[in-house]
Amino acid sequence: MDWLDVVIILVKVVVCFLLLNLLLAVVVWAERKVIADMQSRIGPNRAGPYGLLQSIADGLKLFTKEDIFPLSADRIVYPIAPIISAVPAFLAFTVVPFGNMLSIGHRHITLQIADINVGLLFFLAMGSIAVYGVALAGWSSGSKYPLIGAVRSSAQMISYEIAMGLSVIPVVLYAGTLSTRGIVLAQQHMWFIGAQIPSFLIYLIAGVAECNRAPFDLPEAETELVAGFHTEYSGIKFMLFFMAEYMHIVTISAIAVTLFFGGWMGPHPNFLVPLWGVLWFLGKTAAFVFLFYWVRASFPRLRYDQLMNVGWKFLIPIGMAWIPISAAVHIFDIRRVVLVGAGVIVGIIVLSLVLPTKKPEVLTEEEAKTTA
Amino acid sequence: MLASYLPIAFLLILAGAFALVSVTLSRLISPKDPSPQKLMPYECGIAEIDPPVERFPVRFYLVAMLFVIFDVEVILFFPWALSFKSFPVFSLIAMSVFIFMLGVAFVYEWRNGGLEWD
Repeated sequence: MDWLDVVIILVKVVVCFLLLNLLLAVVVWAERKVIADMQSRIGPNRAGPYGLLQSIADGLKLFTKEDIFPLSADRIVYPIAPIISAVPAFLAFTVVPFGNMLSIGHRHITLQIADINVGLLFFLAMGSIAVYGVALAGWSSGSKYPLIGAVRSSAQMISYEIAMGLSVIPVVLYAGTLSTRGIVLAQQHMWFIGAQIPSFLIYLIAGVAECNRAPFDLPEAETELVAGFHTEYSGIKFMLFFMAEYMHIVTISAIAVTLFFGGWMGPHPNFLVPLWGVLWFLGKTAAFVFLFYWVRASFPRLRYDQLMNVGWKFLIPIGMAWIPISAAVHIFDIRRVVLVGAGVIVGIIVLSLVLPTKKPEVLTEEEAKTTA
Repeated sequence: MLASYLPIAFLLILAGAFALVSVTLSRLISPKDPSPQKLMPYECGIAEIDPPVERFPVRFYLVAMLFVIFDVEVILFFPWALSFKSFPVFSLIAMSVFIFMLGVAFVYEWRNGGLEWD
């Protein structure tokens, strides 16, 4: 490793960081536009063409707003918590491979910030550190709603972390490596989604819950908890939490693409090959980010006991049972068709358990009287 | 091998610096007009009635304990999955026994109401 390598790494990191920030602005704008469209509204349309500059305007506004430091807040932890929340959110993206290889002269630059051999573990670890940001923010605010929101949020995030950990294990088993780049390369012949539908569904549900997104946005249930753990935060500190949340969405989507949908792979013409890889990756990730918006617009918020039931009683047992099944199939090389069939069946079971099948019981007036 | 972590260290510094600088800069240029009402903890527009609760339903602690147990199990799966190809049949049997025992504990937990939330 000579000095040129270090320079390349530095340039890569700086460029990726700037692009990520730009991407965040687009993701936030797109969410507001998509949700507005689904609710028959127009959404942001003043700042720039189609309101494209809205996120930047919001950022500038939050930047220049008064930063309120409540008297009851902890002097040290309160200002640090947003930073603890935002930094790991960016770090988690380092292991996402967004392209294959860029060759300039004799140098091969992997289109990934850091190709470490424990990439997937690193991603899970950064997700766990996010809990600290939330818990510390809620505790240090010295106020009721943030505290309740933080405790709820921590319980939710650690519960779904187990489900997420279980769901990636069959993928690791098939790929035989924890390096995210290695996992993508292992999908050259068949994307893992083909054999791993239950894992994918568990990952997806756990991922939505990990981001504290609707319908799992209990920690910031506006109707009960004002804004949850960041109620007392304003100005730039709020913006850091906001960026962390959207960064998590992007990273969870990107990892879903990496694990189950072949990462940067896709058919492409034979020129500008690295660029096509990046385009495929961005397209697939955008589809997942859109799914996040769609889910948010479609499903009502769960009750807290329902949330815990989904996590502990459905996702975790199914995730545990699926591991030996997929391992057995892997050894005995049962025809892939059988595997896909089994996957579809288990997937349907997962979905039917998770999605509300019963209509909510509406009590008639007499019944209401008797129960009361 | 450690060199592959260099970009992560760079990004850690960059993101940390970004967060710190933006917080400090914002503090410098933002208006400061504190008032006693503004600095009170939020309570829907009225003066705080009670200080924040310090006691929580014991459920949350139970979840935390369960998490510690199950997360250790999940971590155990990773090396198993990685070394699976070296001795597939034996490791499958071993892991099935392990998952079965875990399942027994899980069912016990469930039947005793450890997973109920109310």
